[in-house]
This record gives sequence, structure tokens and C-alpha cells, in this order.
Amino acid sequence: MKTFCTIPFVSNFVKEPSFYSRFSPLLFHRFIQMASNTPIENSIRTKLSQDLNAVHLDIINESYMHNVPKGSETHFKVVVVSERFNGLPLIKRHRMVNDVLKDELSNGVHALSIVAKTPEQWASSDKNVEPSPNCRGGFGK
Amino acid sequence: MNSLVRNINLVKSAAFITRHFAIKSKQEIEELLNKNKVVVFMKGVPEEPRCGFSNAVVQVLRMHGVPYDSHDVLKDDSLREGIKDFSNWPTIPQVFINGEFIGGCDIVLQMHQSGDLIEELQKAGIKSALLDYAKQGSADENKNK
Repeated sequence: MKTFCTIPFVSNFVKEPSFYSRFSPLLFHRFIQMASNTPIENSIRTKLSQDLNAVHLDIINESYMHNVPKGSETHFKVVVVSERFNGLPLIKRHRMVNDVLKDELSNGVHALSIVAKTPEQWASSDKNVEPSPNCRGGFGK
Repeated sequence: MNSLVRNINLVKSAAFITRHFAIKSKQEIEELLNKNKVVVFMKGVPEEPRCGFSNAVVQVLRMHGVPYDSHDVLKDDSLREGIKDFSNWPTIPQVFINGEFIGGCDIVLQMHQSGDLIEELQKAGIKSALLDYAKQGSADENKNK
């Protein structure tokens, strides 16, 4: 009898975000992601940090620099620092990143600028990431 | 009679599809790669690149004084898809030296900054215009020492 009485009560709480944060941080995170307007950036972040064990990750949406509508997620610069890059030439590192992000690349992401360093290289660098070159119109102009 | 007409229509549609949605084959691209030591697939032409990344590659190659073949993927969709498939690389520009895929804008820029590009060009028998610059630089350093 008690359980039946509490169900409508609980269902109201389920709509509150604080419900998720209190009972499950992961669900809270998912709830926020659902409401996010940067789904591709989120997906890139998740994949790179998990699949490449990135110790440092910077994802810069550079779509605003290009001939695309506002709010687009088409051009990205990613800075990935991971032990997995040790001993690998640049092209292999870039191929690894491309592989992790192949779904995004075949669904909307049109340009990907990659900075792929090992933790040692990152520590000894000035950590300054240059912005990508300016757009020159692209197709159609 | 009807089945014959239907078959011919099928063949016609198949031909239409392959002509308009085909991508360049591996052989066609290898033919392009054989024509010059350095081949660049870019957006636009070297005199007028249509993309900042392609432009960066053009400028770097210009600084090294490298003669190269350039192919505009914006003019040919089958080439645009074909080259991505061929090198298993999702973006343009793409730079090939001696038929081997070197990389895109990021890699070429980094190689240029680190001096690796001069080496790579030397391996292909191309003398970079910056080689003398680099040599002069190290000669001056030795003099000052």
C-alpha cells in the first residue's frame, strides 16, 4: 500500500535535475548532455578522453571562423595529450585521433585540426595553441 | 518485350548512378600521383586557395620553392571522395611526396617548423629553397662561436 501511494510523488521528482545529481551523478551528467546544444563537442570530449586516455584535452569549436551558420559544429581544433602517442610519428598520432572520431567526421565534422603531444612534449612546450588559418570562403563563394 | 525494356532501364539507371555518384578509383588516383614527385589535393588552386588550411600548405610549399601538381577537389566531387578513401584520411588538403601520403595542413606545418619537411623533400630528390637558409643559419652560428 505504501509503495503505491509514493509513486506519483516520486514521478514529480524525476523531472527535477537535482533528483539526478543527488541520486546519480552519472544520470545528472547525461541529463545535462541531453539538454546540451553542443552534442558533437561532448561526444568528441568523451571519446578522446576515454579511448586515448587523454591527460589533457582541449576542444575548440572553430566553426565561427568559417562560412557556416552560427552554432554549427563543423570545424574543430583538438589538443590531445596522451601517453599513447609515445614513439609514434605525427601521421600515426593523427590517424589514431581520426579513427576515434570517425563517426563525427562522417557526420557533420568537416575539418579537424589536431595537436597531438605526449605528456613530456606538452610539459616542455609553451602550451600555446595557435588558432587555425582564416577561412577563404570555401565552396560557393 | 516488357522485361527487355525494364532491363534496359535498369542498366541506364545503374549507368547514371555510377557516372554521377562514383568516386575516383585507386588506379585513377595512382595515375595522378605518378605524374609528379609532390602532389597536393586542395580546395581551390594555388593562385586562389578556397580554404585557410589549403592556403597554409600552398604557402609552405612556396617558401620551399617546391614544384608540385595541385588538384582542386571542389571542382570534382568524385575526386574529393576518392582521395579521402584512397588515403583513409577524412580531410583536405592532402599532400603526397613520391606517392606517399605525408599528411594534411597540421602535419605539413609542423614538419616545416621542425625542419623535417626539408629532409623529406631531400629524400625525394628535391632541394628545398630553405635548405641554403638553414645551412647559412648554422654556418653563422658556428662563426659567432
